[in-house]
Amino acid sequence: MPTDTHLPRILIVDDEPAIQRFLKTALSNGEFSLSQAENGHAALATAVATKPDVILLDLGLPDMDGVEVIDRIRQWSQVPIIVLSVRDRETDKVRALDSGADDYLTKPFGVGELLARIRVMLRRSLQQTPEPVYRIDELEVDLARRLVLLRGEEISLTPTEYDVLRLFVINAGKVLTHRQILKQIWGSAYLEQPHILRVNVSNLRHKLETDASRPRYILTESGVGYRFKSES
Amino acid sequence: MSMPQNDMRPSPEAMLKAAQAEEREGKRGRLKIFMGYAAGVGKTYTMLKVAGQLKLEGRDVVAAYVESHGRAETDALLEGLEILPKAQYDYQGVLLPELDIDATLARKAEIVLVDELAHTNVPGSRHEKRWQDIEELLAAGIDVYTTVNVQHFDSQSDIVTQITGVAVQETVPDSMLDQAAEIMLVDIPPEELLERLRQGKVYISEQATWAAQNFFRPGNLIALREVALRRTAAKVDDEMRSYMETRAIPGPWPATERLLVCASGSPFSEKLIRTTRRLAEELKAGWFTVYIETPSHARQQQENRERIWRDLRLAESLGAEVATITASSVAEAIIEYAQRHNVTRIVVGKPAKSRWRELFRPPIVDQIIRLSGAIDVHVVSINVASLNLVSRIFHRKPDVPWFDYLASLALVTGATVLLSLVQPFQSPTNMVMIYLLAVVVAAFRLGLRPAVLTAALGVLAFDFFFIPPRWSFKVQDTEYLFTFFGLFIVGVVISTLVAKASERSEVMRERELQTESLYYLTRDLATAADMSSIMAAVLKNISETLEAQLVVLVPQGEQMEVSTISKDLILDDKELAVADWSFRNHREAGVSTETLSSAKLLYLPLHTSSCFLGVLGVKLANMSEYHSPHNRRLLDAFVTQISLAMERVLLAQQAEHALVLQARESLERALLNSISHDLRTPLVSIIGALSSLRDENLQVNDRRRHDLLSGAWDEAERLNRFVGNLLDMTRVEAGELRMQKVPCDVQDLIGCALAALDQRLEGREVKVTLAADMPFVSMDVVLMNQVLINLLDNALKYTPTGSSIEILAQASPQHLLVEVLDRGPGIPEHDLKRIFDKFYRLPVPEGVHGTGLGLSICKGIVEAHGGSIWAENRTGGGLRIAIHLPL
Repeated sequence: MPTDTHLPRILIVDDEPAIQRFLKTALSNGEFSLSQAENGHAALATAVATKPDVILLDLGLPDMDGVEVIDRIRQWSQVPIIVLSVRDRETDKVRALDSGADDYLTKPFGVGELLARIRVMLRRSLQQTPEPVYRIDELEVDLARRLVLLRGEEISLTPTEYDVLRLFVINAGKVLTHRQILKQIWGSAYLEQPHILRVNVSNLRHKLETDASRPRYILTESGVGYRFKSES
Repeated sequence: MSMPQNDMRPSPEAMLKAAQAEEREGKRGRLKIFMGYAAGVGKTYTMLKVAGQLKLEGRDVVAAYVESHGRAETDALLEGLEILPKAQYDYQGVLLPELDIDATLARKAEIVLVDELAHTNVPGSRHEKRWQDIEELLAAGIDVYTTVNVQHFDSQSDIVTQITGVAVQETVPDSMLDQAAEIMLVDIPPEELLERLRQGKVYISEQATWAAQNFFRPGNLIALREVALRRTAAKVDDEMRSYMETRAIPGPWPATERLLVCASGSPFSEKLIRTTRRLAEELKAGWFTVYIETPSHARQQQENRERIWRDLRLAESLGAEVATITASSVAEAIIEYAQRHNVTRIVVGKPAKSRWRELFRPPIVDQIIRLSGAIDVHVVSINVASLNLVSRIFHRKPDVPWFDYLASLALVTGATVLLSLVQPFQSPTNMVMIYLLAVVVAAFRLGLRPAVLTAALGVLAFDFFFIPPRWSFKVQDTEYLFTFFGLFIVGVVISTLVAKASERSEVMRERELQTESLYYLTRDLATAADMSSIMAAVLKNISETLEAQLVVLVPQGEQMEVSTISKDLILDDKELAVADWSFRNHREAGVSTETLSSAKLLYLPLHTSSCFLGVLGVKLANMSEYHSPHNRRLLDAFVTQISLAMERVLLAQQAEHALVLQARESLERALLNSISHDLRTPLVSIIGALSSLRDENLQVNDRRRHDLLSGAWDEAERLNRFVGNLLDMTRVEAGELRMQKVPCDVQDLIGCALAALDQRLEGREVKVTLAADMPFVSMDVVLMNQVLINLLDNALKYTPTGSSIEILAQASPQHLLVEVLDRGPGIPEHDLKRIFDKFYRLPVPEGVHGTGLGLSICKGIVEAHGGSIWAENRTGGGLRIAIHLPL
């Protein structure tokens, strides 16, 4: 296996040979160095051996639950994990995200989408210190000065709305589950009260979005959580 | 041949009868009876010899119950045979051997030997009598050889008693003899029998010795032998007759006669019934036994009711058709029944009533004769002397409580006091009215006899207190004697009339109650749509009417399971076994019957002409309740009604099941068609496009390459959507919509759907109109999102590019209304409802492919939310699909 230390390392974990082959072909553009595993145990072993920069993990593995694989990896590494899952298993996705997965993709997916997600992950893991100012399209969030500008005009937010927006922009491009947001902003006691989050998101949208019915910044991942539009 | 052919042909009825008999014989075991005229003629010995012969021929013969009484010859014969172990029953501390019926059934031998057909089993056995055990063996298809003496047959027992003076305790219904395939008369001359007796070769139990001394006299034995020979000859005669009938041998066949006898609860009834049976047999006639229940009979003592019950059972076992009728006049009811059933002869007993009563009411016999018209009446004499003893017991009138008589005394006293107050102003003749009033009150309130007493006391009081000379019974004016006589006679007549009227109204009331309880049960059963509501109706109505505890058991595989049961009733294993027996043998069992009568409940099989459904178990307050004809009639009616209702529900269930199966089949076929079509079509373009690109020989320019790829891409997307729809559908179908309802922002919901369709919208304008201050609505976001996606997807597919699509949402305090509107071609009115059916596809412009699943998934999801979805055409063209969700 050619190991170029400069190239980002990607570990592909999937038990379907067809999907393995497809992913290998799609990602063999010289941009990444690839390693593969067909089951949970092999995935854990390879992860320890190759120290990948991103892991693509299928949740339906023959030998162990994908969520358990995430748990085990999280015990020693914060490597970004993108979960690949079939449709209609929202609860599985949420479980995986709550366990520490960073993002998910629903099969079938396009290669463009996959590459975009991988790049977001790689960028986030390379970026060590959070930048004080985020610029996304016409929105500018200055974390140091607690200032939110839309098309250059200051938007006034409640302290909670600002906290939610701050969490979104720090994690721009990444899915945040309802529980993750609730826990960060309101604390563990509010985990089962997602409506306070919905109310704040609804208010934020009315303040930030041109058409709240077709949001551009705060995107809803149905049944899972939210994803803030990433830069670029 | 001089006779027309068809006259020689057997009648269809006769052929049918013969065929039925043959068929019955095919299934049932054959009964062979070794009949003798007394103990010691060698029945058991003969039976064993025959059995030994069969054994030698290789037949499977076993001795299930044979008593050798220690005789060496008999024991020797037994040795060659397989002997089944006997059951041991504990009766008052003594273990008594009995036929082990279960072991015998389990052994499934070809021929089983069971001695002593007339034996009465130890209490606690399954059946009261051994002949019932044998019935069960025959029903199981086992051939039975048995022995019996002629005096044990029901119809012969009273003749034998007359001859010998020894009462026959153990009797067997004549039907056993009738159904026997073969009868073997074991006969030795009486002299020889007496000789064997003297040599001690005849076994007589100790208790029977005294009777035996009376029994074994040459005169008796000769007479008994004659009875046995005659009975056997009669059986042979029957066979001959049926042979001639089936072979169409011409002969003088008597016209069908029908006989009727009335069971009255008197001690003569039994004799009357036996006489009628003999008469019926001689005439080859069918016969009926009826019991007419009058209000006075209804009050009869328990003992007498049980006797009536026994009489009816006896008649039934002798082959009569039995009925109980409620009426106020015995004679009228008998005649009415007789006419309805084309009875040709009525058998009645000669009356034994004393003369003076006939002055008031003609005896029933006279009434019957007067009313009988074309029906013959046979009057049978009854030996009164032998019955005096019992008649005293059974003819005792119901007791009137002593305080009723006291009350009549009080009435007369009251009238007298009242009269003494008005005496100065009234003439004595007017005073009579007040006494008459007292009589009327007594008749109404106290019944006949206290009223008559009141009349008598009234006369005496009138004489003593008011007729000069007062304070004495002497009468000066003889005119008053007429007044006395008039007062008494009018008093008695009034009493009788009033008493009769109240008796009638009592009959009416009882009938009304009966009709009412039947009506309520029938009504509840008619509305019952399933087994559990039938059971609830049964429990409620029957336990109320009969004040009974009850249980209904239905078969579940091999077992009987309780379907419903009264609250405090507990069924142990033994009761379950009785219920099981009743179900399997289609006969009643348990308390008050002859089968397993030690059970606590009476079990009645529930069946209709076509199927056996279960068993009704009833526990009444006390023994006499079981024997009451009133209760039996009600129970019979209840059983019929319950059975019919159960059958109706079962049939409905079967029909429904068949319908569901049919619907599922046609759905599966449609699904298969749809899947094979919808899965293959996209694959055609995908594989086609890929093969063109892969084949290096084909010169594919950039433009064609792009076309092929985008075609394959679209088809792949479509395939993906279809598979998604199928998955959703399966989840809706399987009821696996485990909904996770959370309060949801409707705007967010719409936004999500639009985002999901972003690529397909291709810049098409979708106008979203949301009412201000929309509340959060509780719903499963993912599923409702799918509903909106499907609706928008349809709107995109079926409308021309560029036409407008709108989403409207508004809320009332109770409901959320979401509408998706387009300006497409709309849908024909008659299809508006059907578009939500599975695999329903509208004929659409070419190039548009639907799965026929999208809208039915929407419907499934919306309905799972307790909401509704419907479609309508818009004025000005286009379709409006609306979703209504409760808040």
